[in-house]
Amino acid sequence: MLNIVDLVKKFQQPGGGELTVLNVPRFQMADAEQVALIGESGGGKTTLLHLIAGMLSATSGSVCVDNLELTKLSEQGRDRFRAATIGYVFQTFNLLPAFTALENVKLGMTFGRGGVDADRAMNLLDRVGLADRAHYRPKQLSVGQQQRVAIARALAGQPKLLLADEPTANVDPASADSVLDLIINSCQQDSIALLMVTHSMDVADRFSRIDRLEDINRIAALHHNSAS
Amino acid sequence: MNLLFIAWRNFRYRALSSFLTTLSLMLGVGLVVMVMAIYGIISEAFVRNASVGYNLVVGPRGSALQLTLNSVYYLSQPIENLPYTEYMEFFPQEERAEMVRTYGGDPALGQRDGHYAGYVAGGYAIPLALGDYFGDFRVVGTTPEFFEKLRHGPDVDQPFSFRHGRAFEAYTPENQYFECVVGSRVAAQSGLHVGDTMNPTHGDPEGKGHGQGFQVVGELAPTGTPNDRAVFVNLEGFYLLEGHAKPLEEDAVIEPPERDPDDERPPLLMIPEREVTSILVRNGNLMFAPGMQNRINESGQAQAAAPIGEINKLMSAIVGPLLSALLVITLITCIVAAFGVLVSIYNSMNDRRRDIAVMRALGARRSSVTWIILFESLIIAVVGGAAGWFLAHAAIFSAGSFIEQQTGVQVGLFTVTQYEWLILPFVILLSLVAGIVPAMAAYRTDVGSNLSA
Repeated sequence: MLNIVDLVKKFQQPGGGELTVLNVPRFQMADAEQVALIGESGGGKTTLLHLIAGMLSATSGSVCVDNLELTKLSEQGRDRFRAATIGYVFQTFNLLPAFTALENVKLGMTFGRGGVDADRAMNLLDRVGLADRAHYRPKQLSVGQQQRVAIARALAGQPKLLLADEPTANVDPASADSVLDLIINSCQQDSIALLMVTHSMDVADRFSRIDRLEDINRIAALHHNSAS
Repeated sequence: MNLLFIAWRNFRYRALSSFLTTLSLMLGVGLVVMVMAIYGIISEAFVRNASVGYNLVVGPRGSALQLTLNSVYYLSQPIENLPYTEYMEFFPQEERAEMVRTYGGDPALGQRDGHYAGYVAGGYAIPLALGDYFGDFRVVGTTPEFFEKLRHGPDVDQPFSFRHGRAFEAYTPENQYFECVVGSRVAAQSGLHVGDTMNPTHGDPEGKGHGQGFQVVGELAPTGTPNDRAVFVNLEGFYLLEGHAKPLEEDAVIEPPERDPDDERPPLLMIPEREVTSILVRNGNLMFAPGMQNRINESGQAQAAAPIGEINKLMSAIVGPLLSALLVITLITCIVAAFGVLVSIYNSMNDRRRDIAVMRALGARRSSVTWIILFESLIIAVVGGAAGWFLAHAAIFSAGSFIEQQTGVQVGLFTVTQYEWLILPFVILLSLVAGIVPAMAAYRTDVGSNLSA
């Protein structure tokens, strides 16, 4: 499903020069595999997810998702790829406040090839236990409910790879377990590969495969070693 | 869920900001539409009032516009007067001879055709004598032909009709030569009605009152022309008022009128004592009008003006530029309102960068988020433009009876002026242009940095 080789990402610094935040010699995931990637804050976890989702372009190296080489795609190509292949769950949910829960889920389908399927959107809300809140706006939902809607939206485009960026960091511990269950079970049920970044070992322990960022990112390893 | 729906949701979500932006555009469009409508109404009213059946106005030499204003619109002061013999030039020999026999004057006048008689051929020449007032309303001395021959209305085919009474007659035993007819607005504002007596004042509204009054025998139905605000008196009665007879010249050749000794009617003014302010002329064949106009203008004594031509000159020289300036100002208001659209949406961009980044993360292309912003601008333009258009028309429609009463122009709720249909496309284009700046900001929104923020 995912094959990263010699991936490097550098950012221009305001004062000139470049800052390398990511140097991943190799990272792979199989179809429908579920991986927890743990690491400290600022270690480049989110940057890695953005590169895998095609939201950032790599400085060098190769990112291949579902046999598609992202570094060779144009920006429009990456947009199409993202709409068709990637589901994304954000740490801060990022529901659009102008839209209802149901419309937020439909937004997950709007930019893909399949078009909007209202019944499927409703089924997804039902699956996350929020069918009765379909017409609520985000601010009328609790934090846990908002993250559930965000999960339904991430699944709406029928992705092959779900990227979850600290999805339980902003929800209360009681809700965190159910959110985690929902993501893991949904991905298992739909055979979706799952890459979840977290700094919590409790969360990571739910996964059969746990990778440490320091082990795959040479830059993070340098920081980790110098810190210890 | 398409991009337009997403834009509509954003429009509704920022309800107050959207409302205020749309309101400013609505007021701008409303102002433009109202100015255009007023322009249309004024143009139509001027042209309509200038086309009341006759095609030329003949009067003393001077300003053709002033002649038109005082003889057609009853505005401005009369230039001077013409001798009655100038009026007689529009008649053939037999009628001229009859005038000499009836009123008395130089017999030579009845021995030839009038210079312009051939041009009139089947048309008419109606004299007007101005100079007296009833309150602020003009008193117009004329003949009963005025009510028989002149027409009004959009197709210039409606004869005068009377709400009460009748037209005055040349002579009646009970009122002799002193009958009058009042226009509809005169009746409404002065309270003069059939059976009342109207006493004109000489020279101006504050002038000395004539002792002789005129019996009101008719009240005109509204015509939407300046005739609504005039009092029409019998020309013969007008001549008989104190100070209206032109002093006779010492060398005047006069043959007295032929009068039956038993005739009890008071004697009329003789031709040398008579003057007219202007003459309304309709050529039986309009092809003769330019030739007659040239001949009159070359005569050295009188001038002939085409009212519609003079009014068009007035419109293009004064009224048109004034209204054009007003139109430009209101269009600038529209542009300012469109600039408000730009500022409003651009200011909201800071709040929505994250939303745009989220949509991009969900697979939206840069072009999609750009179109969402442009659609939002489009919604403001369509809603504001349509509301402004409707508001202006509702305002004009609600004043419809007043406008009709003042100008004779009927305005419906959906009466559209000539260039009005261009406004909505113009506003839409303007708003789309205004939307380009925030749309480009949306286009350039960086996904990574805005999601990480």
